[in-house]
Amino acid sequence: MGTSVFYFVAALSVIFSLMVIFSKNPVHSVLYLIVTFFTLTVHYILLNAQFLAVVNFIVYMGAIMVLFLFVLMLLNLNKENEPLKSNLVKVVGVIAGCCLVVTIIGSLKATAISDPVLLKNPNLGLVKNLGKELFGPYMLPFELSSVLLLTAMVGAVLLTKKEKV
Amino acid sequence: MDIAFVIEKFVLVAIIFGISLLIAMYSTYAERKVAAFLQDRLGPDRAGPFGILQPLADGVKMFMKEEIIPTNASKWLFMVGPGLAMLTACIGTAVIPWGSAITVGDRVIPLQVTDINVGILYIFGVVSLGVYGVMIGGWASNNKYSLLSAIRAASQNISYEIAMGLSIIALLLVTNSMSLGEIVANQHGWRWNVLYQPLGFLLFMVCSFAETNRAPFDLPECETELIGGYHTEYSSMKLGFYLFAEYINMFVSAAVMASLYFGGYNYPGMDWVLAQTGTVIAPLIGTAVFFLKIFAFIFFFMWVRWTIPRFRYDQLMHLGWKVLIPLAIANIIITSIVIAIIEKF
Repeated sequence: MGTSVFYFVAALSVIFSLMVIFSKNPVHSVLYLIVTFFTLTVHYILLNAQFLAVVNFIVYMGAIMVLFLFVLMLLNLNKENEPLKSNLVKVVGVIAGCCLVVTIIGSLKATAISDPVLLKNPNLGLVKNLGKELFGPYMLPFELSSVLLLTAMVGAVLLTKKEKV
Repeated sequence: MDIAFVIEKFVLVAIIFGISLLIAMYSTYAERKVAAFLQDRLGPDRAGPFGILQPLADGVKMFMKEEIIPTNASKWLFMVGPGLAMLTACIGTAVIPWGSAITVGDRVIPLQVTDINVGILYIFGVVSLGVYGVMIGGWASNNKYSLLSAIRAASQNISYEIAMGLSIIALLLVTNSMSLGEIVANQHGWRWNVLYQPLGFLLFMVCSFAETNRAPFDLPECETELIGGYHTEYSSMKLGFYLFAEYINMFVSAAVMASLYFGGYNYPGMDWVLAQTGTVIAPLIGTAVFFLKIFAFIFFFMWVRWTIPRFRYDQLMHLGWKVLIPLAIANIIITSIVIAIIEKF
């Protein structure tokens, strides 16, 4: 039953992420992106990573996407005032896209059919175990990434501050 | 997974769903009665004795009204908005422990739909999703006032979510668990978390007022500036859904506050009651106590609404970012220092 649920949710994720690119209206794109994130949350739950699932739910669906939607609603982009792209840009885009497809197919070919992933510790995703891992063996990388986030936050605040002359 | 388990959960979900709808329905009546009481009026008294059939009459009126969808509205999203608002309001009840487990013979029936070990975070996630109903509805109406209101709702929600999350962190330091079932079970008798986290409770309560869009934080539906707010273009039962979702939200956040800080189904002397009445009646008494606490909180929500005037928008942002967040951070630091000292000695 687990694999059939996985394939169903995986198909949904692919469909909705395609809808993100294909829909003309930017607000609709963001809404499809939210649904895509929701299917990713389901994937985490299927992997028994409850904490990661709920954090993905809160941070991506609940906060970041709200801000995306916020900005897009304010900008109110319409088809009429969208700048027309020149033919050169279109040609370059098509070539770049084709290169990407070739690269992806090549790398998929190289990996062949991977073995099914077996989790060494299936309960790693529960809050207590995850916390013990993060603050035990992975203490340094965890703290470094939090410093990195703090730096980004300070940078964002500095950027919005008006310069005092 | 045996059939009895599925039936048991199904019945529990149905009962909880029914009760939350019923309470939300009668909250509309209670709100008008409380307002009348505070303003020295009588309130609704025509439908039935003391007007207790008023919610039914309102419901019928809402269903019978003409359905209007504006021509330039984004039709599909216009319909999704109220539905989403109702959905996110209802799913929060899944992790709340409504009572301690009932033991019949050798069968233990927990009065909680699911006790996931990230229960608090689940509630937090559902709360943060709540704004989508308002945002989508406001944008899809294709009305400038609705859009302004949707944007206000989004920024208010995000600002107060931060302070709410920080106040929950201090609570987690005290409880050592994220599962709502465990948190409530640990507050046995008189050991309610509000005694250990008074400041945390105050912050959490202010933030829940903001998250449920209740006065004095009901900026998204400020009539004097925005006509009606995000539901300006809505009519009929779609409008009804928006108004109804607000009352369900109020019920859910009252339940969350009662279970996180006020002991949920625990009350002093519950061991004595358990010894006197047995394992079927005692949990039900606990549930009744829990609902009393919830009603007290709902009354408090209404009391505040009819007492305190609405904030101005800059005051709202000032309170959220410059008062609540620093207080919440100070609360975390003080709590962790005190816990470290207690563990040391």
